[in-house]
Amino acid sequence: MNKKQKFFAFPYVLWMFIFIVLPIVLVFLYSITTKEVNNIKTINFTLNNYKLFFDPLYIGVTIRSINLALVSTIFCLVLGYPIAYIISKIHSKHRNTVLLLFILPMWMNMLLRTYAWMTILGNNGIINNFLNMLGLPSLRLLYNNSAIIIGMVYNFLPFMVLPIYTALSKMDQHLVEASHDLGADNRTTFLKVILPLSLPGVISGIIMVFMPAVSSFVIPRLLGGNRSLYIGTLIENLFLVTGDWNFGSAVAIMMMLIILVSMSILNRFDVDKEGGGSSLW
Amino acid sequence: MGNKIIELKNISKDYDVRVLNKINLYVNENEFLTLLGPSGCGKTTTLRILGGFEFPTEGDLFFEGKNINNVPPHKRQINTVFQKYALFPHLNIYENIAFGLRIKKINDATIKEEVKKMLKLVNLEGFETRNIDSLSGGQQQRIAIARALINKPKVLLLDEPLGALDLKLRKEMQLELKHMQREVGITFVYVTHDQEEALTMSDTVVVMNNGEIQQIGTPVDIYNEPENAFVADFIGESNIIDGIMNEDYLVTFLGRTFKCVDYGFSRNENIHVVLRPEDIVMVPENEGYLKGTVTSTIFKGVHYEMIVNVGTFDILVQSTYQSEVGDRVGLKFTPEDIHIMSKAVWNE
Repeated sequence: MNKKQKFFAFPYVLWMFIFIVLPIVLVFLYSITTKEVNNIKTINFTLNNYKLFFDPLYIGVTIRSINLALVSTIFCLVLGYPIAYIISKIHSKHRNTVLLLFILPMWMNMLLRTYAWMTILGNNGIINNFLNMLGLPSLRLLYNNSAIIIGMVYNFLPFMVLPIYTALSKMDQHLVEASHDLGADNRTTFLKVILPLSLPGVISGIIMVFMPAVSSFVIPRLLGGNRSLYIGTLIENLFLVTGDWNFGSAVAIMMMLIILVSMSILNRFDVDKEGGGSSLW
Repeated sequence: MGNKIIELKNISKDYDVRVLNKINLYVNENEFLTLLGPSGCGKTTTLRILGGFEFPTEGDLFFEGKNINNVPPHKRQINTVFQKYALFPHLNIYENIAFGLRIKKINDATIKEEVKKMLKLVNLEGFETRNIDSLSGGQQQRIAIARALINKPKVLLLDEPLGALDLKLRKEMQLELKHMQREVGITFVYVTHDQEEALTMSDTVVVMNNGEIQQIGTPVDIYNEPENAFVADFIGESNIIDGIMNEDYLVTFLGRTFKCVDYGFSRNENIHVVLRPEDIVMVPENEGYLKGTVTSTIFKGVHYEMIVNVGTFDILVQSTYQSEVGDRVGLKFTPEDIHIMSKAVWNE
């Protein structure tokens, strides 16, 4: 980098410092201080916030959140891979239209989309109305884990589809032909060529779904009700209801660590660093 | 040689437009056949039909006498070397070459032996664990060939496999490919737009243009006896001059009448005359059949390439002796050097 380039990079460095580094430092600072009035002169450092996090209650919350995020991610993968594969096979004339239709709901507010599921799944919702019409009893569809998973899969599916689609559509079609040429039928070609080559996209997709899923609070709050806590709703509660910013910060930092660790484990599987959708990261 | 291994009967292919029109062609066992033509002439489409990646709109494709129109690529005893090699980036060299045998569930010991044999054939022994990215273009090319040949196909299709290599490497690979073909004794169908490549390696050359076959013949036939002006122009450089066939063995062009060796045209038929630049001899002005002024002279290594303006036409001449720009020269050639071609065949 020469001097001029360094000069032009400065605004971005400043931006990153103010909006990324500084907030993290502040959150970290909150997490290691006590709730008692702090000012510059009398900061009381403590690790109690982190200790509290390892209370079985909160560990339970964490495990529940990770579980839910994992299940949602698996559903997204199982649904998203075939969708991405099919879109990548569509004739290029129509492909962008289909892709657009798929992304279109993402342009609508997530809150709104989640509310929509409430009216579908609710006790007086569309599904139950339909069941009643047929003379069947109402089902309790809302305020349980299934409702949360439906909401997450619906909201985060495009984040799974897009990177896989990118990886698949970037793949040289001659590789598929070469595989057929060498005697592989469609199934073998998929398993031996297409799937391994789209793995970077799959990993990107998993990361992009798992991260928001583990920390989401809107979806558990609206579709899961108040019965069980998740990390996202816990942090929200601590900041907005209890007003315990210090413990809230500690939970937030722990969640960052959890995500960081899971990402680095995933990246070990990403053999081809340059290929496919991994370029998103 | 002798047995037809592949036969195309009236093969046509339409996309939005017709890209292949009634191709009739057969390939003999152990033959090195080259499809030669400019880009867009349909040679690659023909190859892809043989490989099973495209299906003909009309016509029939036979392999050892059996119709294989609807046989998918993985069930054909034909393997392809792709233009850009199409090596699998997620596999190392050993696994790339072993791919076909792994699918056939051959045991590991045999695979190991076969891969070793193939690497020896393509002169890349000891490369087993290397990565595809670490290879040069020429090496990747060899791996692609090894990956195809390990399946012991009856026919190997090669789609401009040397296109990405530099001139020197290309010449080496031409000889090596020819050598390999003799050694493994299988049929090669080769696609190229490089006429020299076609002439160097092939037993049979098929010249194509606009989705149609222009001429099929041995390299010598194609070069010496082009059937029409397109072939003459495409195979090596030619002077193609409008002329009139007065009667058998007599032709008029550039204002003079010459004896020639061609016959069988109608009286006063308009024809093309082809004069190869290397067949024309430069002589002092008063000794030449045609007289003109040298307008350009370029050194080409083995010879000089000069353009001689003879009034209405610029004639290309190759000679080991250089004439200066502005020199008045005479041009001489024998009746055997005059190739007459019907105009009707070549519509461009």
